[in-house]
Amino acid sequence: MATDKTNLQLVINGILNENPIFRLVLSMCPAVGISTTVMNGFMLGIAVLFVQVCSSCTIALFKNVIHPRIRIPTYTLTIATWVTVIDMVLAAYLPEAYAKMGIFIKLIVAFAIITMRLEMFASKESINASFWDGIGMGLGFMFGMMALGLVRELLGMGTILGYDVLGFKPLLFFVLPLAGFFCVGLMMAFFNYIEIVYKRTKRA
Amino acid sequence: MTIHIIRRILPFLVLVLALPALVQAQELIAEKSFGKATNEIVVTFAAAVDRAVVENPANYRVYEEQDPDIQLVLESVVLADDQKTATLIFKEPLNARLSHVVSVSRLAESGAKATFKVMKPYLGYLLSILVGALLINNFVFTKYLGLCVFFGTSKRKDTAKGMGITFTMVIVVSAIMSWFFYQFILKPYGLNFLQIVVFIGLVSLTVQAVDTVLRKVNPALFSAFGVYLVLVIANCVIIAVPLILADNEYNFWESFMLALGAGGGFLLALYLMSSVRERMDLANIPPTFKGVPIAFIVAGQFALAFLGFSGLALF
Repeated sequence: MATDKTNLQLVINGILNENPIFRLVLSMCPAVGISTTVMNGFMLGIAVLFVQVCSSCTIALFKNVIHPRIRIPTYTLTIATWVTVIDMVLAAYLPEAYAKMGIFIKLIVAFAIITMRLEMFASKESINASFWDGIGMGLGFMFGMMALGLVRELLGMGTILGYDVLGFKPLLFFVLPLAGFFCVGLMMAFFNYIEIVYKRTKRA
Repeated sequence: MTIHIIRRILPFLVLVLALPALVQAQELIAEKSFGKATNEIVVTFAAAVDRAVVENPANYRVYEEQDPDIQLVLESVVLADDQKTATLIFKEPLNARLSHVVSVSRLAESGAKATFKVMKPYLGYLLSILVGALLINNFVFTKYLGLCVFFGTSKRKDTAKGMGITFTMVIVVSAIMSWFFYQFILKPYGLNFLQIVVFIGLVSLTVQAVDTVLRKVNPALFSAFGVYLVLVIANCVIIAVPLILADNEYNFWESFMLALGAGGGFLLALYLMSSVRERMDLANIPPTFKGVPIAFIVAGQFALAFLGFSGLALF
């Protein structure tokens, strides 16, 4: 069973239609916990992109030799291996960013989005399609994290990527870690609102 | 037989022999504890003492009980105006989890030496880990972990209870197994880099084992809780707890308490959230906020409330 979507459609699907954070509501822990700045979102996004693509390709490669009954433990161990790789690479080459993200890099292993994509997509499709699907999902996650980081950094600190944009701090509240809950909730409501308005104008 | 009796009375003998020293220390020292700041020990003497002697750091010898060779550096000693309460201020923060031995020389005219131990009650310390994981550092509301499962299973109270109980069971078993693996295999053989793979493997193993055992032993219970078992593995908390206990070098009981607190805290969070969400079904919510967005806002308010627990110190 091969997908009839082109590579580009697969990528766009991951970013828009099935955005992991705002559409599928998966992997919320980092979206709330460390999306305080754009940079954090970008770094974790890179890590997730790497793990997603590598595990998708690995599973797509070995899908015919994995016994269906032990498929979930197999997925988990595959992801754990790639997470160990990215964990050690980041700890060695980017120790500062690694220290900021703390335990979350290691927790990529339990992100529901990756296991779900392996189960739904990579275990059925070809390597090529799985690769592009992984790219799409990883980018979708990264853009979601960066959008959250943008809003929180701008509202909380008045900066973007560390550069002072506004010159003042509108709502310091948004820098607090727990503001992530409010931020995600409000942004989801905002997207819902856009969708409702869009449908209404289309009907009229 | 006689050897047996001697062995029995030996501890008492030692105690009786050591009693004078202890009593003497008790006579001079009324109270001792760790201070408010992390680098302080507060000692209250039984009677007024000589300021010149007490405030001289050279008269003190302080070390952690497990390494007597390493003396801790005292910066200064401040005696309060009542001439009884002395605060020992150290250069570096103390590790309040360990018991510290303090000896003060030339305290009385005879040059008597007072030696005493300062430690936190261990049971209280264990309870503080439990309460810490349950409320102060609740994994859902203050560490933002396990949110996917949290939002997925908090729609109904029954689901919330089922998920919470299953999760607590699995996390306690898997944390204890992780502790054994970490202490006796990973650490001795220098395999620390395999932490993630081993811990997640143990979790899958536990889930699989509980699944199989429950199916055979208690089918009724399985039909109630079986569906949640698959979800347990997608919960970040289950992998965060072994990582935390490996990082902090917790011992067996500390690990057990942390796992119990994490599971109980998750259960508590789920139950609170499901109670609110059941009532929200009846409320008139704007269509843009219906479903997940309002759930996030409510969770944010819970997180604000849980912020109030920070700084709570019971023991």
